[in-house]
Amino acid sequence: MKKTIITVVGKDTVGIIARVCTYLAENNVNIEDISQTIVQEYFNMMMIVDANQSKKPFAELVKGLEALGEEIGVKIRCQHEDIFTKMHRI
Amino acid sequence: MINIFEVNETNNMIEKESLDVRTITLGISLLDCCDADLETLNQKIYNKITTVAKDLVKTGEDIELSYGIPIVNKRISVTPIALVGGQACRTPEDFVTIARTLDAAAKATGVNFLGGYSALVSKGMTAADENLIRSIPMALKETERVCSSVNIGSTKTGINMDAVKLMGEIVLATAQATKEQDSLGCAKLVVFCNAPDDNPFMAGAFHGVTEADAVINVGVSGPGVVKHALEAVRGENFEVLCETVKKTAFKVTRVGQLVAKEASERMGIPFGILDLSLAPTPAVGDSVADILEEMGLESVGAPGTTAALALLNDQVKKGGVMASSYVGGLSGAFIPVSEDQGMINAVAKGALTLEKLEAMTCVCSVGLDMIAIPGSTSAATISGIIADEAAIGMVNQKTTAVRVIPVIGKEVGDRVEFGGLLGYAPVQPVNPYSCEKFISRGGRIPAPIHSFKN
Repeated sequence: MKKTIITVVGKDTVGIIARVCTYLAENNVNIEDISQTIVQEYFNMMMIVDANQSKKPFAELVKGLEALGEEIGVKIRCQHEDIFTKMHRI
Repeated sequence: MINIFEVNETNNMIEKESLDVRTITLGISLLDCCDADLETLNQKIYNKITTVAKDLVKTGEDIELSYGIPIVNKRISVTPIALVGGQACRTPEDFVTIARTLDAAAKATGVNFLGGYSALVSKGMTAADENLIRSIPMALKETERVCSSVNIGSTKTGINMDAVKLMGEIVLATAQATKEQDSLGCAKLVVFCNAPDDNPFMAGAFHGVTEADAVINVGVSGPGVVKHALEAVRGENFEVLCETVKKTAFKVTRVGQLVAKEASERMGIPFGILDLSLAPTPAVGDSVADILEEMGLESVGAPGTTAALALLNDQVKKGGVMASSYVGGLSGAFIPVSEDQGMINAVAKGALTLEKLEAMTCVCSVGLDMIAIPGSTSAATISGIIADEAAIGMVNQKTTAVRVIPVIGKEVGDRVEFGGLLGYAPVQPVNPYSCEKFISRGGRIPAPIHSFKN
C-alpha cells in the first residue's frame, strides 16, 4: 500500500513529537518509522506512516496537520511518498 | 526507502525554489460538435466542454493536496475553431459568438484560460479560416479567458505570406480593440510556425486534429530549481554544468510525470504528453534569465547568451526525456520578456534587444514572446517580425512563435502592466526601416530544401 511522508520543520520546543503522534493516533494513522535531527536549534523530523485506514480523507488530514503545525509554531507537511520516490529513484 | 535528506531536498525545491507544475491542460476535441446551425453548434460546444472538464479543477486541487506540489494552472484546449465553426459561421461576427461560448464554458469549469480559438493556415486560408482570423480582435476584446493562435507556416509547406500580412494587421487591430487595458488582447494571441498539436502552454495551446477525443497534457516548470542547483557548481567546467542541469531537469520532470499520470487516472482521460519547458514567472527567483546569468553572463543579452541558452535548452531535454516516456509540446526554455524578472531587468538597462531575443529563439522554445513594442509600429513591420521568426522555425524544423504587444498610446521607455502571470514589460524599440513592399507582395514562401545544410 502507498505510504505517506510527514515532515515537521521548525524551532525546537517541548512536545512536538507528542502532539503530532497524538493527532495521528486519534485519526488511526500508524507510524512506521521516525527519523529526526536538530540543526542549529531547528527541529527536523520525518515520519513514514500508513494513512490508508485514516478516519479522515487524505485532504482533511493534510489540512488538519497543517493547522496543528501552526498551533505549535512549526511547519507540518503531509504528502504521498510517490513524489519523493519518483524524484529520487530511477 | 526514502531518507530525510531527499525529502528535504524535494520540499526545499517546492518552498524555496518555486518548483511547481505549471499547467494541467485538458485537450478536448470539438469535431463531433460540428453543426450547420450556429445556435445548436454553440450549445453543443458548451455542453461538451462543461461535461468533459467538469472535474478538471477539482482533480488538480486534490492532487496538489496529496503530493504537496502546487499546480499553478488548470486549462482547456480545444480543436481549432476555424475547423469546428466552418459549417455554421458565415461572417466574423458568427465566430465571435463561439468565442463567447468558449469564455462562458471556461468560467463554468473554473479554468483560467481556454485555448484553441485558432486557424491552421500554413499553406492557404479557407473562407472559414479567414473569417475566424478577422474575428480575433473582437473575440479577444469581448472575452476574458479565450486564447487565440494562428499557424502561418511550417517546414513542410513554407510560409503563407498572405496570412502573415493579415496577421500583422490583426495583431494591431487587437491592440486597438483592447487599448483600454494596455492592449492586453495581444497577450492572448500567438502567431506560430510549426505549431505542435499537443502544446499545453497558453496562449498557443490548441487540441490538434490528430489527437484523441480528450487528452491530458502537462507542462512542468522549475527555473528556480535549476538556478539553485547551478549556484553549487559556480566556476566548474561545462561538463559539470551540463550534468547539473540534466539531473535537475530529470527531477523536475519526474514530478510532472507523476502529476500527469495521476490526473489521467483520476479523470479517466488518457495521458498525452509532458511538456519539458522551463517556464518562468514574474516572481523573483523563477527566472530563465537568472540561470543564464548564473552560468557566468553579466547580464542576459551579453555575447555568449545564445550559447548559454542553447546549452541549457539541450540539457533540459536530455534530462527530461529520461524522466518521461511521452514528451511533446514545445519542450524547451521559454524566454517571455514580461513574465521573467531577469529579462525585464536586462531590457530595462538596455542589455537585451529585440534582435538578440530573435537570435536566442533559434536555439530555444518558443519565439519572440510577451514583448511590448510601441503602439505606433506599423502592421507591415509586425508582419515582418512574424515572417522573420517563421523563417527561423521553417528552416530549422522547430516551432517558433510571435506574441508581441504593440501597446497603443505608449512609446519606447514606457512601462506596461499586464498583471498576474503575464507580468509587466518596458516598451522596446523596433527597427524603424520599412518592409512594406516585401510584405505586400502576396503569395507564399516555398518550403526550404533539406539537403546541402550550411
